[in-house]
Amino acid sequence: MASITLKDLVKAYGDTEVLHHIDGQIADGEFVVIVGPSGCGKSTLLRMIAGLETVTGGDIQIADQVVNDLEPADRDIAMVFQNYALYPHMTVRENMAYGLKIRRISKAEINRRVEEAADILEIRPYLERKPRQLSGGQRQRVAMGRAIVRDPQVFLFDEPLSNLDAKLRVQMRLEIRKLQQKLGVTSIYVTHDQVEAMTLGDRLMVLNGGYVEQFGTPIELYDRPQSMFVGGFIGSPAMNFLPADADGATITLANGTTLAGEVRAGAVTMGIRPEHLIRSEAGPVRLKVQMMEQLGANTLLHGVLEGTQTEMVASLPGHVTAELGAVLSFEAAAETLHFFAPDTQKRIE
Amino acid sequence: MVENRPLLTFISHLVLILGVVIVALPIWITFVAATHDAVRMTQAPIPLLPGAHFWQNFKDTLFGSGLSSSAGAPVWRMLLNSLVMALLIASGKIVISLLSAFAIVYFKFPFRMGFFWMIFITLMLPVEVRILPTFEVVANLGMLNSYWGLSVPLIASATATFMFRQVFLTIPDEMLESARIDGAGPMRFFWDILIPLSRTNIAALFVILFIFGWNQYLWPLLITTDSDMTTIVMSIKEMLEVAEQSPQWHIVMMTALLAMIPPVFVVIGMQKLFVQGLTETDK
Repeated sequence: MASITLKDLVKAYGDTEVLHHIDGQIADGEFVVIVGPSGCGKSTLLRMIAGLETVTGGDIQIADQVVNDLEPADRDIAMVFQNYALYPHMTVRENMAYGLKIRRISKAEINRRVEEAADILEIRPYLERKPRQLSGGQRQRVAMGRAIVRDPQVFLFDEPLSNLDAKLRVQMRLEIRKLQQKLGVTSIYVTHDQVEAMTLGDRLMVLNGGYVEQFGTPIELYDRPQSMFVGGFIGSPAMNFLPADADGATITLANGTTLAGEVRAGAVTMGIRPEHLIRSEAGPVRLKVQMMEQLGANTLLHGVLEGTQTEMVASLPGHVTAELGAVLSFEAAAETLHFFAPDTQKRIE
Repeated sequence: MVENRPLLTFISHLVLILGVVIVALPIWITFVAATHDAVRMTQAPIPLLPGAHFWQNFKDTLFGSGLSSSAGAPVWRMLLNSLVMALLIASGKIVISLLSAFAIVYFKFPFRMGFFWMIFITLMLPVEVRILPTFEVVANLGMLNSYWGLSVPLIASATATFMFRQVFLTIPDEMLESARIDGAGPMRFFWDILIPLSRTNIAALFVILFIFGWNQYLWPLLITTDSDMTTIVMSIKEMLEVAEQSPQWHIVMMTALLAMIPPVFVVIGMQKLFVQGLTETDK
């Protein structure tokens, strides 16, 4: 078991810096999810921790030891890859045992560990099969098994569920979480799927363009996003951003309607989540409906803020019908409003 | 496309049968000639049905000195020479190209692509083009009339290096990364992962290279003067050049027949792997 410390970590390819001064502390046994859009550097960060990419600047510490120059095999980590990277010519048993065999662990001990891991993952009947004879979900389990038998200090997951179908993904997500809690191994998990991130992580590190936007618990990120990017990225459908003017006590929206809200005077961007909009005949937020999505449990109304071109979405519980072009009014509780500075896109307290 | 037109079926069969006949007739004539005695073979027309001397000719050819008048090596010796040469060339080429492809694909070193292109350019320099300097080198190394002399100059292979490079490029990077995390060093990765994954390609290449080696004519002709080192392919030609006699066709044809057998066995034995190696894309 180990804690991980990232200190002022920089990665550059030639002159292009792709990760900018990343800092972070991951406690022993913690499950941290690194989340962000494609190309934000999240996989690069994980691969640096694994030792598959070199470190340009700063330090990576695992269990208080700087591992910058250690080979992946010497870092006491195990990694699960997106396409599983199972050796196709080896049986499941050989795949799981390969790392142990190289470490010259005794045959009896290897068998014991492989079978123990196979029992945990319920893949014992498949031990003598080749990976190509297994389904996607089973391969996924073998890949996890290969990580477990090593008994490492850290698990690294690189989008391990993105090749599975939606139903299996939800199931495996829960299993990964259960397994991690049972084994108590420090884990870092990379994904671009914010639902996966919210459900799996003790804490989330949101990356954007090589910068850490925010690092906190899922609820912190949802309730108090520190930037417009985090607000828009966490939560589905995404947060609405409405340009507004504030004078300290009231907020004036672009179409002239006003609502109460205490924020510093001047131009602000008001963020409000679709699910926090409440129907109210005299509400200040007026949505002109352009499209409807019936999801069963709730209904999404897509449209624009009346009189402007600002797109917004409202999510209402149950079945709601509204005519296209109709204007619906909403209000929102003061504590569900978020304010951001239009220039820096950072949260205004 | 599944069609059922009797005429089309008939024509396509006709074409195929014609093709088989054209390919098979010379082999049939070779076989027939190998079953008659010397006298019958000098008379016209040449026989088209097998005679009764197959075993006699077989024994004379394989264990006798072949032609009654020459002092050449027995044919089994030539077969052995050819076999050793072909095996050395095929396995040597495969080992060297596997290693050089491994270096080019998986290691970063200065002028990596330069080396790759240098190897690639040797495609333009087959033995026939560089035969004099090569002979000079082999002679200076004292490798004339030896198995090494027969095989080593033919071992360097740009084609095989290029092919293995393509094979290695199709193996996902994650395989290497996963092996690194498992603690496998470069040679361990090479042995445990790369070689098993390229198994079918190695087999396919082995078939092609074995036949390439077996059919070598010019190079063995040049560097072997000792009749104990002659190979079967060059000896067939020599057998035809007997002074003041008509060629002993029954022996020559039996030798030709024997010369065909090892490549045929290699092809049949490795057919399944060969086809897999050339068609398989799934890694």
